Amino acid sequence: MDYLLRRGDTALVLSHRLAEWSGAGPTLEEDIALSNVALDLLGQARSLLTRAAEVEGAGRDEDTLAYLRDVPDYRNLLLVEQPNGDFAHTVVRQFLYDAYAVELWRSLLGSADATLAGIAGKAVKESRYHVEHSGDWVRRLGDGTAESHRRMTEALADLWPYAGEPFRTDDVDIAVAAAGVAAPASELEPAWRRRVTETLTAATLAVPSGGWTQYGGATGRHSEHLGYLLAEMQFLQRAYPGARW
Amino acid sequence: MVSPAETARRAEQEVWATLGGVPDPELPVVSVVDLGIARAVAVSADGRAVRVTITPTYSGCPAMEVIERTVAESLAARFADVRVETVLAPAWTTDWITAEGRRKLAEHGIAPPQRPAGDEPVPLGSGIPRACPQCGSVRTERLSEFGSTSCKALYRCLDCREPFDYVKSL
Repeated sequence: MDYLLRRGDTALVLSHRLAEWSGAGPTLEEDIALSNVALDLLGQARSLLTRAAEVEGAGRDEDTLAYLRDVPDYRNLLLVEQPNGDFAHTVVRQFLYDAYAVELWRSLLGSADATLAGIAGKAVKESRYHVEHSGDWVRRLGDGTAESHRRMTEALADLWPYAGEPFRTDDVDIAVAAAGVAAPASELEPAWRRRVTETLTAATLAVPSGGWTQYGGATGRHSEHLGYLLAEMQFLQRAYPGARW
Repeated sequence: MVSPAETARRAEQEVWATLGGVPDPELPVVSVVDLGIARAVAVSADGRAVRVTITPTYSGCPAMEVIERTVAESLAARFADVRVETVLAPAWTTDWITAEGRRKLAEHGIAPPQRPAGDEPVPLGSGIPRACPQCGSVRTERLSEFGSTSCKALYRCLDCREPFDYVKSL
């Protein structure tokens, strides 16, 4: 259940962040692209949270999990709750996540949980399009103008401390690895690092040397930003419980 | 006297024919059968109940609920008990779009997917449409990897200058 919440909440929160760009994207095409990626992530989140609720078996469903849990119950990565910032921050956040997501879903194709393997089968294809897209932007902006290069460097410096959280292994990861549900998180890091290094190098950006210092999302310790995000996302269900359309 | 097995077989064919008339809400020129969204049909031995299995193109495809409802409605008059079930695995691939579906897409100015949807890796540049569906020119450029729906990208023909949708290989 915790493992599924981590994956589902991460997709949900990032989807919401990208949806914040809807109607405000830098160009029409990019606006549509970000919304498309947001939709894919939302679809993944729905499947993952539905599965989490089934595994829990306490009568909850995707909606109650999404709308009626508060900050400490969310299990998403800290990276994805960070604000959109300028477009450089959105691009860097997306690329660091997408590069991880490709490896994650690939590793879950053989999961002992057949439902999770099925979700991964769809998500892996989608994540390849996503990483291609965000990687393109990293190259274009990194190797663009002096201003875009400066902004990308800043965004990388701001977000890099969060980049290592998905590869940290704790009791939940050890338990699911032992059950054959998922590969140990740390095994995903080498391929992720290869892709990130290759893309940043092509983008004339330096791979940050700083450490990965920010952890906690996986156990419910979040940055202040998640509360504001949930306030917006959950407002309707909190104010008008059970509202439907 | 027609055997029960024969009755069920005929009923299944009827269902497939009905589904062939159910359009995709976002690509109405093709049906859910043309796109490979309708995966399986099972009719009970007494011919009263039918179960249809459908699968989404992309995880976030917002058309799924409409498709589920339309499929159920299209069969409601014929069967007392209609169930529509959505499954994720095996994951949908553009390889499941039928020859008929590809023809209809092209006829309506939407370039069908080119590259067979393999597993690994995705050099997206290789997934380019073969030709502009308007004038047939092979000189095209990608405007955006994400088009008006999840399953399409937006291209432009460098000769006739018309923009066009392309169903991405998946």
